[in-house]
Amino acid sequence: MSENYTALYEQHKKAGASFTDFGGWQMPLKYESELAEHHAVRQSAGLFDLSHMGEVWVSGPDAAAFLDYALVGKLSAIAVGKAKYSLICNADGGIIDDLISYRRAEDKYLVVPNAGNAKVVAAALLKRAAGFDVVVEDVSSGTSLIAVQGPNAEAILLELVPAEQHALVTELKYYAAVEVSINGQDLLLARTGYTGEDGFEIYIPNVDAPGLWEALLEAGEGHGLIPAGLAARDSLRLEAGMPLYGNELSQHVNAYAAGLGPVVSLAKESDFVGREALTSIKAAGVGSTIGQKLVGLKGTGRRAARGHYSVLKDGSLIGEVTSGQPSPTLSYPVAMAYIDVEHSEPGTIVDVDLRGKAEPFEVVQLPFYKRQK
Amino acid sequence: MSKVVAELKYSAEHEWVASDGGGPVGIGISAVAADALGDIVYVDLPEVGSTVTAGETCGEVESTKSVSDLYSPVTGEVTEINDAVVSDPALINNDPYGAGWLFKVAATEEGPLMSAEEYAATNGGEL
Repeated sequence: MSENYTALYEQHKKAGASFTDFGGWQMPLKYESELAEHHAVRQSAGLFDLSHMGEVWVSGPDAAAFLDYALVGKLSAIAVGKAKYSLICNADGGIIDDLISYRRAEDKYLVVPNAGNAKVVAAALLKRAAGFDVVVEDVSSGTSLIAVQGPNAEAILLELVPAEQHALVTELKYYAAVEVSINGQDLLLARTGYTGEDGFEIYIPNVDAPGLWEALLEAGEGHGLIPAGLAARDSLRLEAGMPLYGNELSQHVNAYAAGLGPVVSLAKESDFVGREALTSIKAAGVGSTIGQKLVGLKGTGRRAARGHYSVLKDGSLIGEVTSGQPSPTLSYPVAMAYIDVEHSEPGTIVDVDLRGKAEPFEVVQLPFYKRQK
Repeated sequence: MSKVVAELKYSAEHEWVASDGGGPVGIGISAVAADALGDIVYVDLPEVGSTVTAGETCGEVESTKSVSDLYSPVTGEVTEINDAVVSDPALINNDPYGAGWLFKVAATEEGPLMSAEEYAATNGGEL
């Protein structure tokens, strides 16, 4: 059961949302049609409530050195104003969460974990902070996160930003963030997302979130903006080949098998939690020459593979689907699956057991969908 | 709330049955089921001439979010299928009791069926 409601719950209810439990939160699954919401994000824009995501501030003289130790990436290398996708792993290399860290000052980062993991991540960070001169502050419960995603996202946002600050928005790079006045309030605006489209994420205190939500909906009226729920978010991220914690990522999966090897910096000088395990996993070739790796699967028929379905080759079990559904943009079934590396070459035809009937799927490169820039 | 049509009978698996006296009966899925499934993108129907059995699966309905077996609410030979929903499954969401009908059966026997009132009371639909 969900115990948590976002500050925008009443807005969702009023808009006719159906709700679902996600990571302990009661979240909008869809408003009217998840397909229409998906297409709106690809063609114009969608408005998402992501307030279930966590927000943890890490500040102090050792902030950069501390995150280099606590996460697998080299967070000290990112410039102030920029962001980085990273993982927090346990000592055996298993993934506790994937997260985005924004460097807000030389000695200050905002770390954004997933909803269901926010408390675990905050606790792990606190524990790892021993010996570092840092303060770890979990502000998740007081912070809302609203995303505007889609090709019209920038135009919509500019409606609420004073003209003299427009350049801050238009010149904001992907995976960067800036303080900007939105709807008359100075807020942290990031050019990030989980849809495969251009888009923004806005951090805002809970008390102000309903006002901004309604202002964005109004500003978006002429730009095709509609509220979009988690169903659309899931189909969008799957098309974009982005992993979802709990499906593609877990404590039982390592970064190399998940295709996230480039996120791990074995080259950084400092020690980090999981270094030893990840070094031997990489040296052994897990996810490249032995074991299983994450691949994309493209359906050749109309029936879709779903999470936990078996992947077969010549009748033998070679893996399991982690996410799958019919792709609304591409009109064929798409899925992600962990399969034995010997069958993971793109172009390989494998079978997915669709409720007792083997259906052929082709191994393909991720992502399935890439926007035209 | 999802609509339930008074003149139809319903199975526990959310199929509706329309009988107009003597001829083959029309079969579809209720608005309650269509709304729960979400946007339907694929439907697999029994073949014309095949025999379906009340309470047994005879196809499937797939939405972006999930997939659900289709159970025949009656026993008999399939006389007609709705080709329009095969090419445009969204008809099932838009008009589940009309243009979104699925197939017709020359029924020799009915499975256990509920009245609209009973179905609405059990499944939270609105008459």
